[in-house]
Amino acid sequence: MLVGQSIETGYAYRLPLNFKYGNEDKLAGLCGVIQALVSVVEEQNQDILRSISTKDCKAIFLVKGPLILVAVSKSNESETQLVLQLTYAFNQIVSVLTLTQLNRIFEQRRNYDLRRLLSGAERLIDHLLIFMEKDPAFLLGAVRCLPLPEKARENITNAITSTCNKIRDLVFAILIAGNQLITLVRMKKYTLHPSDIHLLFNLVRSSESFKTAESWTPICLPKFDATGFLHGHVSYISEDCQACLLLLTVQRDAFFPLSQAKHTIAEKLRRSNCLVAINDALNRNKELPTTNPLKHIGIPEIRHFMYKCKSTAQLFTSDPISLDRLQDYRLRHKEGGDIMVKKIEKLSDMDYVRNYRRFCSQIHCSSTPAKLIFRSNSDDTVLAWVTNGFELYVTFDPLMEKDHAIRAVDRLLHWIKREEERIFIMHAPTF
Amino acid sequence: MKVVEAKIVVLGSQGVGKTSLVVRYIGKMFSKHISPTIGASFFTCNINLEDARIKLQVWDTAGQERFRSMAPMYYRNANAALLVYDITSAGSFAAIKGWVKELQSNVPEPMVLSLVGNKCDLEESRAVAQSEAAQFAASIGAAYCETSALHDQFISHSQTHNRLVSSPSSGRSPPLRCMSALATTIISKRENGTIKTSSFTKRKE
Ligand SMILES: Nc1nc2c(ncn2[C@@H]2O[C@H](COP(=O)(O)OP(=O)(O)OP(=O)(O)O)[C@@H](O)[C@H]2O)c(=O)[nH]1
Ligand SMILES: [Mg+2]
Repeated sequence: MLVGQSIETGYAYRLPLNFKYGNEDKLAGLCGVIQALVSVVEEQNQDILRSISTKDCKAIFLVKGPLILVAVSKSNESETQLVLQLTYAFNQIVSVLTLTQLNRIFEQRRNYDLRRLLSGAERLIDHLLIFMEKDPAFLLGAVRCLPLPEKARENITNAITSTCNKIRDLVFAILIAGNQLITLVRMKKYTLHPSDIHLLFNLVRSSESFKTAESWTPICLPKFDATGFLHGHVSYISEDCQACLLLLTVQRDAFFPLSQAKHTIAEKLRRSNCLVAINDALNRNKELPTTNPLKHIGIPEIRHFMYKCKSTAQLFTSDPISLDRLQDYRLRHKEGGDIMVKKIEKLSDMDYVRNYRRFCSQIHCSSTPAKLIFRSNSDDTVLAWVTNGFELYVTFDPLMEKDHAIRAVDRLLHWIKREEERIFIMHAPTF
Repeated sequence: MKVVEAKIVVLGSQGVGKTSLVVRYIGKMFSKHISPTIGASFFTCNINLEDARIKLQVWDTAGQERFRSMAPMYYRNANAALLVYDITSAGSFAAIKGWVKELQSNVPEPMVLSLVGNKCDLEESRAVAQSEAAQFAASIGAAYCETSALHDQFISHSQTHNRLVSSPSSGRSPPLRCMSALATTIISKRENGTIKTSSFTKRKE
C-alpha cells in the first residue's frame, strides 16, 4: 500500500488488508515472506524483528496481537516515528473491531482474511496515514484546539454540561471542527487520551455520511478501553455550522435521549451566538489575534512555529504561509529597511513539519535526549526547545544569530502565554 | 385525522443504495456524494395519506460486515423492513435471504416486508431476474418493486396482471411511492389485526 509520497505500509496476516498495488498472488507471496521473516527471528533467535534497512529504504515491523504490521519508508522518518504510525494503524483497526473481537477471530481461524471484516474501513486507515503525514499533532502526541474567544468556549461548554449532566452513562461529550477540538466534557473519573481523540477526528473527517443524518455507531477507543465498544451519537450541530458533536455512552439503546440532548444543545448554541463564533474561527472571518498569529506576533523573521503545551497535551501551530501572503506581510514589516524581498519558496505547514521531524526525534531520543537544538544554514534556521512545560519548534529566516533567535523566542512565548486561554482549553470540564 | 407512528428498518448489503433511496425519498433528491453509512442513520418523515398521517421513523443501517451484529438493535422494534438489493449483484440478492431468515427467527411480531431491487437503471448489467425476485417476494409475503434512486424510477410488480407497470409521472417520486405503499400496508395490516405492536400510537388530532 502506498500512502502519501514516501511511505509504503502493508498490514499482514497471511493476506494484507490494504494493498493498492500488486495482485493477489504477489500479495500472498509477500505475506508469506513477511511471516517467515518474523517467525524465523522469533523462533530461532528468540528475538523480535524490528527493522530491515537497505541503502535507500527501511522496513519496520510491528507485531501486535494476531497482526503483523509492516511499514516501508524512503523518507526521513525515524524508526520510532514509523512505529508510531503502525501503532496508530493498529489502534484504528481496534477502534473498528475491539481487541476482544480481533483476538477471538484469530483464535477461531488462524488464517482468517481480515479484509472481510474491515471492508469499508480501509478508508479510515488510508485517511489516518495521510492525516499523520500532514499533521504534527501525531508527532507530538497532542491535540489541536480551535482558537476561540474565552467567553464563547465557556458558553459552549456550559450548554453541553447543563444539557447533559442528568443523562446517565454518558461518558464523553466532544465538539470538534476541522480536526480541532472545541470542547470536551467528560465523566468525572475518566479522561480521553490524545491518540483516542485523533481517532475520533479521523472518523469524523473520513465519514461524510455523518453530514446526511444523525448517526448511531459503535466506537472503540483503544486507550480508554480496547476490549469494548462505546456507542456514539454523532451529528453535525446544524446545516450552517460544520462542528460535529459526539456523545459517547455505554448504553447501546440511548439514541433517543441523546438525540434530544443534541437538539437542545444546538438550540442553546444558536441562541448564545456560539455557532457564529465557531464559524468565524473556522473561516477566519474576523481579525482576531489568532486569525493570523505570525502577523499578530509581529516578528518577521519567524516563518513558522509549533508549540505543545505539555500539561494539557495540546498543540498550536502558526499558519501555513503562502508566498504572496509572506511577501505582503514582510513589506508591511519593513520598518528598519534592510529586509530583502527575495524569492521564498512556497512552503506549507506540512513542509515545515517534515523538517521538524529530525529535531523532534533528537528531542524524544530515549538514550540521549536533547533539550535545545539550534541549527542555522542558508536555507533556514531552526530552533527546537523542550522544557517541563512545553515543546517548541521554530523556523526562522536563514543564517539567524543565536542570540537574536532566543530573543525572538522569548517574545513568542510571551505572546503564547497571553493568548493561552484562547488557543488552548485550559480547564477540563466534567458532567 | 388519525396519526400513526411507524418504524421502518432498511436492510441490505454494502453499497446497494439504501441511503440513496432513503435520501431520495426524504430529501426528494439524489446525491452523488452519499458515502457509506457508519453504524446506522436515523431519519424521520411524515406521509399524508387520504385518511391518516403517518410519522415514519427510518433506521438506515450500514451494510458493512463489521456492523452486521448491530442489526438486531434496529429491527427489534421495527414494524416494517425494507429489504434492498442491487439488481446487478446476485450476491446482494442472496444476502436478502439471510436477512429474512434472521428476521423470521428473531422478531416475534409479524413484520411488514418489502423487497426492493434498486439500480434498475442499470438494466444492461442485470444479474437478478425480476421473475425470480417476484417469486421470492411472494414466498415470504413481501411486496416487491424495482427502483432507481438515481433516475427516480419505480416499477411495481403487479401481481394480479402479472406484468410490470412502469410508474407514470404521478407527481410522487417513485422511491416515495415504494415507501408510501409500505406505509399503507402497515396501516391496513394493523387494522385487520395482522399486526399489533405496542409501538403504534393512535390518537385524534
Ligand atoms: N446507477 C445507480 N447507482 C446508484 C443507485 N442508488 C445508489 N447508487 C450508487 O450506489 C452507491 C452506494 O449507494 P449508497 O446509498 O451509499 O448505498 P448503501 O446501501 O447505503 O451503502 P452502505 O451504507 O455502505 O450500506 C453510490 O455510489 C450511489 O451513487 C441507483 O439507483 N442507480
Ligand atoms: Mg448507506
